[in-house]
Amino acid sequence: MPAVSKGDGMRGLAVFISDIRNCKSKEAEVKRINKELANIRSKFKGDKALDGYSKKKYVCKLLFIFLLGHDIDFGHMEAVNLLSSNKYTEKQIGYLFISVLVNSNSDLIRLINNAIKNDLSSRNPTFMNLSLHCIANVGSREMAEAFAAEIPHILVAGDTMDSVKQSAALCLLRLNRTSPDLVPMGEWTSRVVHLLNDQHLGVVTAATSLIATLAQKNPDEFKTSVSLAVARLSRIVTSASTDLQDYTYYFVPAPWLSVKLLRLLQCYPPPEDAAIRGRLTECLETILNKAQEPPKSKKIQHSNSKNAVLFEAISLIIHHDSEPTLLVRACNQLGQFLQHRETNLRYLALESMCTLASSEFSHEAVKTHIETVINALKTERDVSVRQRAVDLLYAMCDRSNAQQIVAEMLNYLENADYSIREEIVLKVAILAEKYAVDYTWYVDTILNLIRIAGDYVSEEVWYRVIQIVINRDDVQGYAAKTVFEALQAPACHENLLKVGGYILGEFGNLIAGDPRSSPLIQFNLLHSKFHLCSVPTRALLLSTYIKFINLFPEIKPTIQDVLRSDSQMKNADVELQQRAVEYLRLSCIASTDILATVLEEMPPFPERESSILAKLKKKKGPGKLPDIEEIRKEKNANINGGTEPVNASTNAKASPPPSSDLLGLGGSSTQNAAPPASTGGSLLVDVFSENNSTTPPGSVRPRRGRELLQVCLQNLGRMYVFFGNKTSTQFLNFSSAVLNVHTKPADPTVEGGAQLQQILNIECVTDFMEAPVLNIQFRYGGTLQNIAVKLPITLNKFFQPTEMTSQDFFQRWKQLSTPQQEVQKIFKAKHSMDTEVTKAKIIGFGVALLDQVDPNPTNYVGAGVIHTKTTQVGCLLRLEPNTQAQMYRLTLRTSRDTVSQRLCELLSDQF
Amino acid sequence: MIRFVLIQNRAGKTRLAKWYMQFDDDEKQKLIEEVHAVVTVRDAKHTNFVEFRSFKIIYRRYAGLYFCICVDVADNNLAYLEAIHNFVEVLNEYFHNVCELDLVFNFYKVYTVVDEMFLAGEIRETSQTKVLKQLLLLQSLD
Repeated sequence: MPAVSKGDGMRGLAVFISDIRNCKSKEAEVKRINKELANIRSKFKGDKALDGYSKKKYVCKLLFIFLLGHDIDFGHMEAVNLLSSNKYTEKQIGYLFISVLVNSNSDLIRLINNAIKNDLSSRNPTFMNLSLHCIANVGSREMAEAFAAEIPHILVAGDTMDSVKQSAALCLLRLNRTSPDLVPMGEWTSRVVHLLNDQHLGVVTAATSLIATLAQKNPDEFKTSVSLAVARLSRIVTSASTDLQDYTYYFVPAPWLSVKLLRLLQCYPPPEDAAIRGRLTECLETILNKAQEPPKSKKIQHSNSKNAVLFEAISLIIHHDSEPTLLVRACNQLGQFLQHRETNLRYLALESMCTLASSEFSHEAVKTHIETVINALKTERDVSVRQRAVDLLYAMCDRSNAQQIVAEMLNYLENADYSIREEIVLKVAILAEKYAVDYTWYVDTILNLIRIAGDYVSEEVWYRVIQIVINRDDVQGYAAKTVFEALQAPACHENLLKVGGYILGEFGNLIAGDPRSSPLIQFNLLHSKFHLCSVPTRALLLSTYIKFINLFPEIKPTIQDVLRSDSQMKNADVELQQRAVEYLRLSCIASTDILATVLEEMPPFPERESSILAKLKKKKGPGKLPDIEEIRKEKNANINGGTEPVNASTNAKASPPPSSDLLGLGGSSTQNAAPPASTGGSLLVDVFSENNSTTPPGSVRPRRGRELLQVCLQNLGRMYVFFGNKTSTQFLNFSSAVLNVHTKPADPTVEGGAQLQQILNIECVTDFMEAPVLNIQFRYGGTLQNIAVKLPITLNKFFQPTEMTSQDFFQRWKQLSTPQQEVQKIFKAKHSMDTEVTKAKIIGFGVALLDQVDPNPTNYVGAGVIHTKTTQVGCLLRLEPNTQAQMYRLTLRTSRDTVSQRLCELLSDQF
Repeated sequence: MIRFVLIQNRAGKTRLAKWYMQFDDDEKQKLIEEVHAVVTVRDAKHTNFVEFRSFKIIYRRYAGLYFCICVDVADNNLAYLEAIHNFVEVLNEYFHNVCELDLVFNFYKVYTVVDEMFLAGEIRETSQTKVLKQLLLLQSLD
């Protein structure tokens, strides 16, 4: 048994732990534990009151059982009892149990807080510390509510013991992290800052943590800490190695406190006061100087703690980014570490240099270490070190060394660990684009990327190469030739086929003059790989084929044969089938001119930030807790946007399809409930029943292409239009307008991925035939886009249902007897003639369905009033089904002939 | 800040787990297993630092025990690496040549040592003399 446990150990506990350790199997352990639990339970329930020692022992056993991974559902009360013991050992076990098994049982929380309160005010430093540690460990909201006001007083009171101050400072820090709203700043803050001057370095250490955290949130409140921190730091770094006694660690004076002070200073810009600034610079120079001195000890602890301070000082120098000499000195120091035999130091030097590379003062100095870094990439055994080397190469890359760095990264990629390949691919793609002077080099690099690490080349990367080739006509011929050659390989990656298919479809003509890459050879080459590909790639290749028909009329029959084959025309995949059918049809009926226009070469893509860069930024997110908001954004972000070449190609050519098609009406099911029949103002309910009461809420989604903008319509008394930008780029000059409809102007800018809502207040001025058209205009990249959307607003939306008796109905029916007032239509049923559905459709149309009005019960009769700005039009209708003939006769009588006509059209469409 | 401190043996048995942020029990178990998997595959040629989820683990091996501290990515690696050693030296002094069994049988005292040196995810006291003095004082209390 260890020396310390003599005398105070709990024998029963030691025996129990030994028993558990001697268990040969999991089952035996569980058996032993259950026996113990039964024993403890009977002791706790027994008549005999337990003494403090037994209680402590049993609670401690329970804790041990819990820590072994078993559930504990009793003993909390006994643990709470221990809190009020006046023996330290009993109290300690009580607090430990509470801290480990935090439990939100409200009865207990009250008791626990009560015990803590007593201990906090006990003036016994040991008890005060126990209670403060408990608050700091649990950090619950209830505790914050109870003690957040009290702890600052303990912290700054003159008579508080040093060790209690340490605990109080960190306890307050914890409460500030968990419930910042309950820890208000106050007059105590300035006194806390003065703890930086405290005699006791342990107090200073704890206080510095507290101040650094609070200063991040309220820098102004703690501004005075800067001069005090500099003064303190200066005293530490200039002290002889023995001055600080207890706080000297392996000949390094107060390394942890130095690190904390340097971190606190990183909450602020360089001090404005010249004297303070000078003193700080001296400190930093001293730290850099010490790194060059011979070590005072060979122990690793000595160099580690010395370098801990050094790295933190370098972080501060980089943070200030204002002293060129310090920056260059820092860089040289890190350069020495790059070749150090300690792996830790090489790793940290690479990491630190990465940030140094972005400073204008030290960028050049960092670049001088390129060979060492490349060597690290080749020789380091620890993948995380190699990863840092990749990061640093990326950070130090500029026009002067891009070719070398990209070549080395590609080289490394061949054997790189799977875990970091994707990131390297992104980095290479970005560097190749950013520093390409010669775009043939760029194309070669990306094709190499796909060859070496095709699986790790994301869509963003291959979209981007296509964008660039499209935008630069000087590289198009070279690109076509290169992809053609690359495709000759017996096994090439699908991503290469995508890029190849797209580029040949656009620019295959540029190499068709060479008999080795004649149109037919190009086509056969692509088509030989067609059947091995996934659906999206095949879809892309089909688009290539139709482009080939335009580019190379001589192979049109060959391609048409392919499109016509059963495997295309009857493909199980609806997208492929549709493309095959449409493309074949297009190639048959369109004249050469039309074909040439539709399949014209792609216009240049708008210049904008590379989506690859955005992806890398996301990958290398800030090193804090994962932000759920951010993750969500990431998941929702639609990155394909305008970079999706297939969509874009059809998109730029075809004028927007007719708006009815745009609305995607005639779909399947509806979520639109039947409108409330009685409310007078239900003018807009069920706007989607224009053609068919079973149309879906109109998500405006063209068949293919136009993946830019999503328009959703919803109807509530008003109409709400939602414009969703499905790309990652802004839409500028956004506007939408409808004739004769009051609209609140929409925000002129729609951010990438964002959604915009516009409210339309709609009033019917007079009866009308055509649905109003919403004209949407916006600038996407460079091009002005015009979209016309027919709003699902029809005359029947302005119905108010009218209830009436049979007598009234027929009386009015007779009054509306002029031939113009009545419109009748006899038509065949398009849907099943189910009674309930028919009723719902009539109600949905907006009129009141009148029961027991028509003498024939199978007939339907309805009545309503159309409200327009100027008049009201009474409407009566009668629908007579003939189930045998599957026919309907619909009769409408209204006071206005145009209304009768229109309503009849609208309603007859429903059945 | 420190997110958690773990002491594990090679077999993956936890000898101390101290959490400085809220995790539920299942999550704790998952973290314990992940840390073990990440740390035990590394050898002496590797660094003492491992990226871990959105944090990093600073660890050091003493005989069969791994002392692991999970901290924020921007935290000072070497300072925490030496904080581990400082802690181990205190344990060694306190238990007179500490071994794994000491941590098992005196688990409730180990928590006290931890609370003296680390609190609320921060370093509380670094002076070995002061910590040991305080521990001996507590030891003498009934």
